[in-house]
Amino acid sequence: MGTINGALTEAVYYILLSLMQPMHGYGIMQNVEKLSGGRLKLAAGTLYGAISTMQEKGWIFALSADGDSRKKEYMITDTGREMLKSEYRRLKELVENGKAVLEEDAQ
Amino acid sequence: MRQVIRKWFWAWEFDKEEQWLNDMAAQGKVLLSVHYATYEFEDSQPGEYAIRLEMLEKFPGSEESQQYIEFVESTGAEFVGKVMKWVYFRKKKELGDFELHGDNATRIKHLKGIMVLLLPLGALNLFCAISNLSIGIGMGSTANVLCGLLNLAVAVLLGKGWSLLNEKKKKLEKDAQLFE
Repeated sequence: MGTINGALTEAVYYILLSLMQPMHGYGIMQNVEKLSGGRLKLAAGTLYGAISTMQEKGWIFALSADGDSRKKEYMITDTGREMLKSEYRRLKELVENGKAVLEEDAQ
Repeated sequence: MRQVIRKWFWAWEFDKEEQWLNDMAAQGKVLLSVHYATYEFEDSQPGEYAIRLEMLEKFPGSEESQQYIEFVESTGAEFVGKVMKWVYFRKKKELGDFELHGDNATRIKHLKGIMVLLLPLGALNLFCAISNLSIGIGMGSTANVLCGLLNLAVAVLLGKGWSLLNEKKKKLEKDAQLFE
């Protein structure tokens, strides 16, 4: 996309936000839907792919699941927090620039 | 009451297959099990379930695929069955929306997976068609000519399927430049 780190997808951003506290897959889906006011509904395959990739990159980690992978919970790492903060700054810049131009246009 | 229906769908018709299974569920017949071109349904409340199917990268028996299936089940879905690399799920609508691929990137990845499978099969049939037709015409063997024509028909069919998926993929790739 031309930016230094690239933009996170909306799904990844909301998953990382959700994982500021331990959560399992279904919990993440419900939380993302709630956070976005019902607008964003994560598909199971999309969520699984994002979780696997983020684990590989060390942005999140799995907590022990007592042998039942269906109850596996995930949590954000320090690297994940950094990515989230960096994306937050990027989004803030987008909004501020949009606000400056559009509000001027409206006057 | 259980009902068995035999119906054939080509690999590139998975959208049509999924739509048909959801139409059945809307009529109160939900998928119970699946085998080659054979679907078993059981009674349910009309519209009680949503059905989704997809082709996995690895066979469903592999550890990676098992982990994926368990993950999908953890979101409230039930694993109904498998045919080769294809897996079928159902989920009660009251438990929330049910999608396996919600964004362009995963939809494109899924399409590419099916296309990669069709390409060598098509190429192999084309190669067999050319070989059989050359031998058949050269040596006057009707059997080789017939086999060659059959190979050619299969190659054309697979090529058509590949091209349909490719069109779908191109459209998604175009959209992906604008939307996630």
